Amino acid sequence: MIDKLATSVAEALADTPDGATVMVGGFGTAGIPNELIGGLIEQGARELTVVNNNAGNGDEGLAALLAAGRVRKIICSFPRQADSWHFDRLYREGRIELELVPQGNLAERIRAAGAGIGGFFTPTGYGTELAKGKETRLLDGRWQVFETALHADLALIKAERGDRWGNLTYRKAARNFGPVMAMAAAKTVASVYDVLPLGALDPEAVVTPGIFVQRIVQVARTATAAGGVPNPEPAPRGA
Amino acid sequence: MAYPKRSKDEIARRVASDIHDGAVVNLGIGMPTLVANHLGGDREVVLHSENGILGMGPSPRAGEEDYDLINAGKQPVTLLPGGAFFHHADSFAMMRGGHLDICVLGAFQVSATGDLANWHTGEPGAIPAVGGAMDLAVGARQTWVMMELLTKQGASKLVRQCSYPLTAIGCVKRIYGDLATLECTPAGLRLVDLVDGLDHESFEALLGLPVARAAAAAKGRA
Repeated sequence: MIDKLATSVAEALADTPDGATVMVGGFGTAGIPNELIGGLIEQGARELTVVNNNAGNGDEGLAALLAAGRVRKIICSFPRQADSWHFDRLYREGRIELELVPQGNLAERIRAAGAGIGGFFTPTGYGTELAKGKETRLLDGRWQVFETALHADLALIKAERGDRWGNLTYRKAARNFGPVMAMAAAKTVASVYDVLPLGALDPEAVVTPGIFVQRIVQVARTATAAGGVPNPEPAPRGA
Repeated sequence: MAYPKRSKDEIARRVASDIHDGAVVNLGIGMPTLVANHLGGDREVVLHSENGILGMGPSPRAGEEDYDLINAGKQPVTLLPGGAFFHHADSFAMMRGGHLDICVLGAFQVSATGDLANWHTGEPGAIPAVGGAMDLAVGARQTWVMMELLTKQGASKLVRQCSYPLTAIGCVKRIYGDLATLECTPAGLRLVDLVDGLDHESFEALLGLPVARAAAAAKGRA
């Protein structure tokens, strides 16, 4: 019997080693697996390399992981934001390494890792500081830059619903990096609000098939709509 | 010489007037988002957001915000009927694969031949952030820039060669500014339209760059 449902966040993350490369889903307020990041802080792994679009906002989630001094390096596209003060301080103090990656290269490098592709050529970044020292080729009449796949030991993603095989659905723009990060990591842990019986998720609507997911953890639903109202759509029948 | 500058809203309206029915468009963070306010009428324009949305609609009414439904600037938005959600690699495949008709971006500097600098001032101590700018600039079929043409100190943001770090080489096709609309060509800048009351020679003097006269077709239209 396949049962990927973990009894707790702590159980799902217990074996995270120091020095791990950890992909963390989310973009802005959408799709950030805050409960899983909290679990990683509790678990205590250090010297982490974190892959996320941003470098933490405010004092919660990824920002709290940074503030706890657990992150050695961050790979992201957009670290500087109005509320990225924890990253800003660590960066200015020389206590965190930054690998800045154009957002499309970030997504495609992650996808490539998940698809078994070692690297790819892309016009993005050609002739810029971010392509310095990288191999280039003239392909299809355009200069292109070689980018390598980006693998991870662990991916933490936020999904909406899942089942014990690890099939996942997402909600609106909270999907963002979740599906590609799930493919790229040796171990993917997804938080879900609802665990459904096998067969209850519409197979036509499964976004991440369970093959890409190792553990799912049910977390208490947090409101993403204004006024603290839970998500407007009802759970599907059979839930 | 007295000449009225176009306001940000007027520039946005000017950009919108060139967006064709059926176009798929990505509006960058900042001034370009104003273009969405001028896309009404009979046209159907599909807005793309890098974080996985096609068919993005206007801001929700107060109290109806959904923080799982935000734009690239992390502001709450809505979804129009026909809209769709997808993951980040698909979203950037839409840009990088040449499926977007137009992207409208802000800029620090644009060179006469269309080099774009809009991600980093390169100042010591500045934390760089690139986001999707480099992917959009090279991926969309047409990259348009929307900006005021002079800095607050009066220096031209249109330059022979960008002094800020580049986003992409030769990618900008059109510049919509407060004084004029221009095209970047391999031979340099070409005028499309100029605000009333500013003559061609004075405009060139403000930019410190030669500008080819408006093409006959554009003149006829004006």
